[in-house]
Amino acid sequence: MHDVIIVGAGVVGAAVARELSRCRADVVVLERFEDVCCGTSKANSAIVHAGYDAPTGSLMAQLNLRGSQMMEELSRELDFPYRRNGSLVLCMSEEDRPRLERLYQRGLANGVEGLRIIGPEEIHAMEPNVSDNVVAALDVPTGAIVCPFGLTIALAENAAANGVRFQFDTTVTGFTREQEGWTVHTDKGDLSARCVVNAAGTHADQLHNMVSGQKLHIIPRRGDYYLLDKTTGGFVDHTIFQLPNKMGKGVLVTPTVHGNTLVGPTAIEQEDRDCTATTREGLDQVAEKAAVTVKNLPLRQTITSFAGLRAHEEGHEFIVDEVADAPGFFDCAGIESPGLSSSPAIGERMAGLLREKLSLEPNPDFIPTRKGILNPQGLSFQERQALIREKPAYGRVICRCEGITEGEILDAIRRPLGARSLDGVKRRTRAGMGRCQGGFCSPRVMELIARETGMDLGDVTKCGGQSRLTVGKSKEGV
Amino acid sequence: MKQYDLVIIGGGPAGLAAAVSARDAGVENLLILERDRELGGILNQCIHNGFGLHTFQEELTGPEYAARYIDQVRQRQIPCLLDTMVLEISPDRVVTAMNRTEGLFQLQAGAVILAMGCRERPRGALNIPGTRPAGIFTAGTAQRLVNMEGYLPGRKVVILGSGDIGLIMARRMTLEGAEVQVVAELMPYSGGLKRNIVQCLDDFGIPLKLSHTVVDIRGRERLTGVTLAAVDENRRPIPGTEEDYECDTLLLSCGLIPENELSRGAGVSLSPVTSGPVVDESLETSVPGIFACGNVLHVHDLVDFVSQEAAAAGAAAARYLRGERPESAAAIPVRAKGGVRYTVPAAIHPAAMAEEQVIRFRVGDVYRSCCTAVYLDGERVWRKKRQIMAPGEMEQVTLKRADLLQRPDCREITITIEEA
Repeated sequence: MHDVIIVGAGVVGAAVARELSRCRADVVVLERFEDVCCGTSKANSAIVHAGYDAPTGSLMAQLNLRGSQMMEELSRELDFPYRRNGSLVLCMSEEDRPRLERLYQRGLANGVEGLRIIGPEEIHAMEPNVSDNVVAALDVPTGAIVCPFGLTIALAENAAANGVRFQFDTTVTGFTREQEGWTVHTDKGDLSARCVVNAAGTHADQLHNMVSGQKLHIIPRRGDYYLLDKTTGGFVDHTIFQLPNKMGKGVLVTPTVHGNTLVGPTAIEQEDRDCTATTREGLDQVAEKAAVTVKNLPLRQTITSFAGLRAHEEGHEFIVDEVADAPGFFDCAGIESPGLSSSPAIGERMAGLLREKLSLEPNPDFIPTRKGILNPQGLSFQERQALIREKPAYGRVICRCEGITEGEILDAIRRPLGARSLDGVKRRTRAGMGRCQGGFCSPRVMELIARETGMDLGDVTKCGGQSRLTVGKSKEGV
Repeated sequence: MKQYDLVIIGGGPAGLAAAVSARDAGVENLLILERDRELGGILNQCIHNGFGLHTFQEELTGPEYAARYIDQVRQRQIPCLLDTMVLEISPDRVVTAMNRTEGLFQLQAGAVILAMGCRERPRGALNIPGTRPAGIFTAGTAQRLVNMEGYLPGRKVVILGSGDIGLIMARRMTLEGAEVQVVAELMPYSGGLKRNIVQCLDDFGIPLKLSHTVVDIRGRERLTGVTLAAVDENRRPIPGTEEDYECDTLLLSCGLIPENELSRGAGVSLSPVTSGPVVDESLETSVPGIFACGNVLHVHDLVDFVSQEAAAAGAAAARYLRGERPESAAAIPVRAKGGVRYTVPAAIHPAAMAEEQVIRFRVGDVYRSCCTAVYLDGERVWRKKRQIMAPGEMEQVTLKRADLLQRPDCREITITIEEA
């Protein structure tokens, strides 16, 4: 019997696993996809929200602020890209000014530091591409951006290094309450644990409702985004928000930690919990709404568009607690925005609850740090020369658009919880994430995956499951 | 830092022909830098025939055509570094590059020829909504998988875009045992060569739907289908014309983009129309000593013309290195008018031009029974009747040096299309 089974290897599951690995405990993470970071965690705004938006006194407000405060230190410990670029929430008309004022007051009440309301002159000095119609803005110096893949993978790798086991391609089908703990039924057989953590994202209500009479209802909210070429880097430096409305924080325009520009999202409620198809209407809406806050947005420089789902729960509050009528079953449910920002704090809170429940002892061997995949572009000329002399694979560029070398890709495949698919390599190294979107490097990366894992090139997938990139050998069907 | 008279960035058809020509024009100390494992560039995956009709008066496959130039490079013992990525070119022609054996290194070049080729426009840049499953490839990526790796990307195929690689891949996929259901083209005309439409679609009974596009993509892990719709004159989908196709593969052949990230870093001015450098009659860019040729300059249909253009660039670089640069007057701009989208070159120094200067261009629409014409200021000096001109086929006119020398005050050269 395991101590804890965590269902879901998104940023929340990974954060809980990592925090829990500070304790001596037998922890298993079950993930239905082939890798960590395959659901909501991989497709979002990549923002660390400062914490002014959530209702004062709510768990959401508390965890957001705490997560935002933890993130910078965490990025140093676990070596993932993070930048405190600051946010601006724009007010576009005089009649909206009271709403901006309320947001400012709420931010103060929530404990967000450094908030100021500023006028058009200062806004344009900071961000020349903001619309001329802006009347005021909330300046949020503690707002930040993060690599969501980098964060999730770092948390998971560190958890794994500290003894947490990850089991992929495993779908949970049900739970049975036992004398002591739970049996978790999966498509790969049964497992048992003293406690279960439900970090199943858009499916968290389904898991919860299997064990509890007090039902949850998650309505996935889809958000469509445009990602622009790095040549647009610097279009904005701050994250540019609109005033939030009841459907969320509106369409934002933000730099990414890697120097692209990200524009989105929409907030479209849908039944399907997994479908991340973009729609014409959604993409058009993003373009239209973004044009309200910034001028001359270079959407022609789009290199990809995508959509992600937020696990919006009807109560619009984070549920991070033991389920009252199912002892030993813990929810991390309704983790919509600001979920990414809050994830370190959610992990901390959940690990605290489990430590108490299971009377866990500290793990004396806990390693708090993790080294990310070496980015040779951050090295000096001499350092890079020395690296290639020692490891020639760092001298061979595979992804020309992002300048990613064979050395980085091999590291991504070989490290614990290593990449096994094209998308896995992409999220870890950025190979294929540039302007040609993998046109040139996909066959090369496929070769490397095949060579390193011993699989046939024909069995290499885009993202696990049935996503094989080829269907057979040439002329096979002739 | 190692010194070279000439460094050529790219060992595809453009780089190879430029190297041969530069050596033959007397450049001894030159180097080709190639990012791939072998010379020949994209020709290596173009295993169909039809290459070299102009250059060698015979039909070669891509690798055969490349081999002719690789042999010439070898005979001349022109040094090449393979598997070598150029990371940066400075305006004063310091080339920073990297490979496994030499590590990171810098070269000082007397002159540089840009010959990096182009890339395909990916799905993301086309703004097609839907899912993002496996099974969506640019035509060139699929071509590499089939022809070089020996793997079939799919069995039931829809192709969006009628660029030449897409047309070639329609035939290739059919020959490899896949079913190509349709080629959809957003524009009311094909983006590819007429001969490819005949030989790759018509001969195999593959329908070409003009003024159609993909409006939806389905399938979570692997592609399961796409929706096609007709578009109006503003290229907007017409509601009610949607048609669903079941397929496991969508190939994209929706345009090629010259790869000029390095050029931009060197401070080279780029044309917003071609996305390639703005060059003069010597194929010299806005940065002295940096030349450009082939698909990095503007996308060609025929490799023969790439080789011709590259040979001219090689010879021009040799002249530059010998210091044979006419000090003379400013260049005369070449204006593209009346349906001509751009010209290469975009400016001409009469003192430096050959007796006959070829000016290449593309038109923006289909033109029937019309004329191409060259004006020097207001005066027409050249005119040729054309049955049909289309955006998919590169056009050319010839400018005579004598005509310019007779008009020393000429301020503007205009290339235009006019009624016959």
